[in-house]
Amino acid sequence: MTQIEARTKIRAFLGKFIPEQDFADGDEIFALGLVNSLMAMQLVLFLEKDFAVKFANQDLTLKNFGSVDAMTDLLVRRGVIGAD
Amino acid sequence: MTLQDYLGVSVAPCAEAWDREERVPRRVLTELAGLGVLGAHISAAQGGRGRPATEWGEMLEAVGAESMSLLSILTVHAMCSFAVARWGDAATQEEYLADFVSGRKIGGFALTEPAVGSDAKAVATRFVDAGENWSVSGCKKWISAAELVDVFLVFGQTEDGPTALLVPRLTRGLSVVPISGSLGFRAARTCEVKFDHVLVPKRWTIGPQGQGFGWVASSALDVGRFCIACGSTGLIRACIRASSAYARDRRQFGVPLGEHQLIQAMLAEMTTDYKAARALWRAAAKEREDLQPGSIVETTTAKYFASTASSRASNHAVQIHGANGCGPDFPVQRYFRDARVTEIIEGSNQMQQLMIARDALAAFAPKRGK
Ligand SMILES: Cc1cc2nc3c(=O)[nH]c(=O)nc-3n(C[C@H](O)[C@H](O)[C@H](O)COP(=O)(O)OP(=O)(O)OC[C@H]3O[C@@H](n4cnc5c(N)ncnc54)[C@H](O)[C@@H]3O)c2cc1C
Repeated sequence: MTQIEARTKIRAFLGKFIPEQDFADGDEIFALGLVNSLMAMQLVLFLEKDFAVKFANQDLTLKNFGSVDAMTDLLVRRGVIGAD
Repeated sequence: MTLQDYLGVSVAPCAEAWDREERVPRRVLTELAGLGVLGAHISAAQGGRGRPATEWGEMLEAVGAESMSLLSILTVHAMCSFAVARWGDAATQEEYLADFVSGRKIGGFALTEPAVGSDAKAVATRFVDAGENWSVSGCKKWISAAELVDVFLVFGQTEDGPTALLVPRLTRGLSVVPISGSLGFRAARTCEVKFDHVLVPKRWTIGPQGQGFGWVASSALDVGRFCIACGSTGLIRACIRASSAYARDRRQFGVPLGEHQLIQAMLAEMTTDYKAARALWRAAAKEREDLQPGSIVETTTAKYFASTASSRASNHAVQIHGANGCGPDFPVQRYFRDARVTEIIEGSNQMQQLMIARDALAAFAPKRGK
């Protein structure tokens, strides 16, 4: 999967909770209060399922899940998607 | 022996006495482990029984129909063991999971404090850096079955924020003070658990340091809500079971109570509530089996509904039993007291309403145009 495809998938998932035009890929969704803390668990479930990855403890910081950019970077570091 | 048989022989006849004595015998948990109940939610790859959520839910519903106190011990055990299985490092899993599955160790959950309940990330218990160890100081309150639990999942503050840590009960500086005379869940007697400079190896930290609330507590509470949703559904079933038997046998105005239409109305409402509660937890279980992100809100909804419905049903059950519903000879007064508690634990129902409503605001609102 390419980074663009990954971003599209993540944006589509977040789009179920926040209108897609309300956030950019660099926006801090937790810091901006766009989503609540329950979302953190949902994001882990979503990424682990849809990208067939299992995160390690050191991956689990709110920062890694805080924006579309950060999640895409995390998936690249985990080797799930190409570095383009 | 099947779980149903075991519950009929070894739990149903004892549940009233356990409630009066405010304790569940330890061997019951070992025996339930032998029937595969304690490790059902842990995958076979990790040494558990790896049962699908739907099957585990049936077990929990069956236990809830006999003893909600026992169900609540299974709940905290599941929360603690789940957290170790999901977030613990390999060595800690090696050290604990097999014992959690076999029932050699029972896990507990220690989040709430005298001054901190719903706003759980504000816990005041401190984990102070002491080299290889954390030095734990603070006080937890309302900790289920703490006299019986072998190891607690404790939440406290490090310099980096809330963190989760496994603490064995028999550790120097840890003391347990029972709280007698509670309204419900009496046989899983809650306690204060006090920590006075308790030294605990840092390797028993569960999940990322400073992220103990967002990941570890949230996901464990999600497991807890699933258990309470299924157990409360069982409790509704118990209310219908007792009430329909009573309404058949007891006669007033020359006919069985069950012939009176106002009694029938209550039975109809209880039965509808039972079926709805069951459908909700089964829908949540399906989502959990498929690892759907939506499983969290589905589970919250199931817990919210089943707990309020069990209060309604137990209220009706007491009404149908009249004075006998208030007396010591029928189980419905216990059902009534236990049902009330389900509306407060694993996040009070106000907290559930907030989660369900926030999800609705996002999911059901029409999408704004560009
Ligand atoms: C039988 C029993 C067993 C328990 N076992 C355990 C256990 O094993 N481990 C553990 O850690 N804890 C346990 N608890 C504690 C339980 O988790 C807490 O009671 C629960 O989280 C609520 O916290 P609180 O009681 O401090 O109420 P508070 O947080 O003080 O709330 C009081 C009331 O105010 C409402 N409220 C609070 N904030 C808001 C808000 N923002 N909006 C609207 N309403 C609000 C609440 O819904 C509640 O009705 C147990 C409790 C009981 C009764």
